Amino acid sequence: MDNKINNVLMVGVGGQGTVLSSNILSLAAMYDGYDVKKSEIHGMSQRGGSVFSHVRFGTKVHSAVIPAGEADVLMSLEEMETLRWLEYLSPTGRILCLKENILPATIMEYPQGGADFISANYPGSYVIDPAELKTVLQNVKVFNVAMLGLLSRLIGISTASWERAVVELCPDGTAELNLKAFDTGRKLFKD
Amino acid sequence: MKENTRLMSGNEAIARGAWEAGVRAGAGYPGTPSTEILENLHKYDGVKCEWSVNEKVGLEVALGASFEGARAIATMKHVGLNVAADVLFTAAYTGVKGGLVIVSADDPDLHSSQNEQDNRHYARAAKVPMLEPCDPQEAKDFTIKAFEISERFDTPVLLRPVTRICHSMALVECGERSEYEVSGFDRNVKKYVMIPGFARERHKVVEKRLIELEAAISSLNVNRVENLPSEHAEMGIVTAGTSYTYVKEVFPDMPVFKLGMVFPLPEKELLEFCANFDKIIVVEELEPFIEDYLRARGVKTIGKNVLPVTGEYSPQLLRKAFNIEQNPPARMPQLPYQLPPRPPSLCKGCPHRTIYELLSKAGVTVSGDIGCYSLGVLPPFSAMHTLVDMGAGITLAQGMEMAGGGRTVAIIGDSTFAHSGITGLINAAYNNRKSLIIVLDNGTTAMTGMQPNPLSGETIYHAPAWALDYQKLGEAVGLKNENIRIVDAHKKAEVESVLNELMARDELALLVIKGPCLIDLRKKKKSARA
Repeated sequence: MDNKINNVLMVGVGGQGTVLSSNILSLAAMYDGYDVKKSEIHGMSQRGGSVFSHVRFGTKVHSAVIPAGEADVLMSLEEMETLRWLEYLSPTGRILCLKENILPATIMEYPQGGADFISANYPGSYVIDPAELKTVLQNVKVFNVAMLGLLSRLIGISTASWERAVVELCPDGTAELNLKAFDTGRKLFKD
Repeated sequence: MKENTRLMSGNEAIARGAWEAGVRAGAGYPGTPSTEILENLHKYDGVKCEWSVNEKVGLEVALGASFEGARAIATMKHVGLNVAADVLFTAAYTGVKGGLVIVSADDPDLHSSQNEQDNRHYARAAKVPMLEPCDPQEAKDFTIKAFEISERFDTPVLLRPVTRICHSMALVECGERSEYEVSGFDRNVKKYVMIPGFARERHKVVEKRLIELEAAISSLNVNRVENLPSEHAEMGIVTAGTSYTYVKEVFPDMPVFKLGMVFPLPEKELLEFCANFDKIIVVEELEPFIEDYLRARGVKTIGKNVLPVTGEYSPQLLRKAFNIEQNPPARMPQLPYQLPPRPPSLCKGCPHRTIYELLSKAGVTVSGDIGCYSLGVLPPFSAMHTLVDMGAGITLAQGMEMAGGGRTVAIIGDSTFAHSGITGLINAAYNNRKSLIIVLDNGTTAMTGMQPNPLSGETIYHAPAWALDYQKLGEAVGLKNENIRIVDAHKKAEVESVLNELMARDELALLVIKGPCLIDLRKKKKSARA
């Protein structure tokens, strides 16, 4: 294990499962023997506001906050929220974006062009159409875990640790569904 | 990974530390970022916990448990300590019997608060020691240490985590619980009855205790020096808490004095460290608390002249302040559209949206309060015009009336009403004010994540409890029977007609609108199924 700190920034809108996703990643990293720190804000922002969670793992992690320009992966569960956090992405970082459109209360119409912008400016990024997931996974509640499956192809954590973390943290009785979602996400990887 | 290592938030770690220290009593009032401490602590065996009516009550309950010889913890957010300050300053005089730890969870950057006060000032003002952890592991270790210091020096001890620690997760090594006998209360009036004659003597004890504590700091193993150079060097860093983790990220090889105890500060050790350098960089969020101390002792510092006194710090903030090239630089192509903000809002389907729609339409001035209902200030409602502190909605309205502003509308949530709204209601009745006071009762303390309160009919353990009766309360404090109305939030027409009726009256009125929190309902359904 080298000294590099792995930085994953997870973002979305309150209620989408951003925090649960980051808990699963953190636990999986712990099971793989890494030092882990994770940071997010609970409380007011969760009432339909922007939600973010910094996850960092490596041999030794001090700050729980990812410095701007150092996220290896920006995993977003909502299209517009992806754009909000771009300054955190490293020049070689990759974006995993679930193209959900959740209208903020401050505007009337969802602005277009976010997904094309990501694809054009961030090569190697993934913009996942929820409709594509829907054909395999009927339950939208596990789309976040599908995104984790895709993420698992980009960062060095063993599948065994991922699956252990998914099973441990998903709600009772949903392990099979969540593992299927995770596997579905793994298959989205194209390189 | 060790067998006993767990991934824990700072708040879980504080609860764990308290439990390992053998704590028997926990009391507090929910408040971001402190809430999850008691939410976790009450699940452990051997500890009795309660959600108290407010922070003052919580700290008094914890102090009482300490007087009885039990280790006790009181938890609150930073502004909660304002409410509990009355207890704090005199508890410093009485001291403790069982260890007493007071958690003041500060909120730099106001993630979910009305101000960003720096509660290290309370430690100095009340002359009570304060520990400040830098991560969840230290949060646990310092909680245990705080109990030890409390008993060894016969003083309450403040623990000051900040939001970034409370809500961060990291690996924490867990230990076992240490058990002890609760020795019972000692009748010692000179220590526990603070009439002037006794308190005068206790003040001297407080001063002596601080001197003893400062002399003992190095033996407490809470502060440490890293990377001390063998020869005189240009710069060293003094820091504490979360700022330390940012320093390690940005200046990994610099000499650092890391403070774990931020009050009292170790004068001798600090000055010895500073003597090795031309200048000292002080990295601390919010106030120049450490920096002022050093400057008063002649140390040349770089601190608040380049770092802000507002908001949170971060690695990139330090890099910017000290002109350290961001490596690698962030890449920012022009966005396809201007990003609209996504502020928090009252939940879709929240039954309490109705009253805001009505008040917005009526165009009246509304003095509001803390909690979910503070969201009524934002569009689409824009129907709240003041927010200061817990309970102030009710009392500000009275001041406006006193100054000639006419009859006003105050709005407050159920938990906030119990916390400090009832005193305002009594004040209004007593002083013949005419406000319309609206309590929005959603059956829980929602903003902080669904904690029961004195109006929701259950305890922290979800055991049945007496739910305060608005009708009887209103009558008891002096409202006319016909001016107390309780309506169902889901019956829009009724809410509107009762609102109009009460607004038309020129008398003090209490309108309670009941409609359970949707998130709470969903949560309860889920746990009923399980």
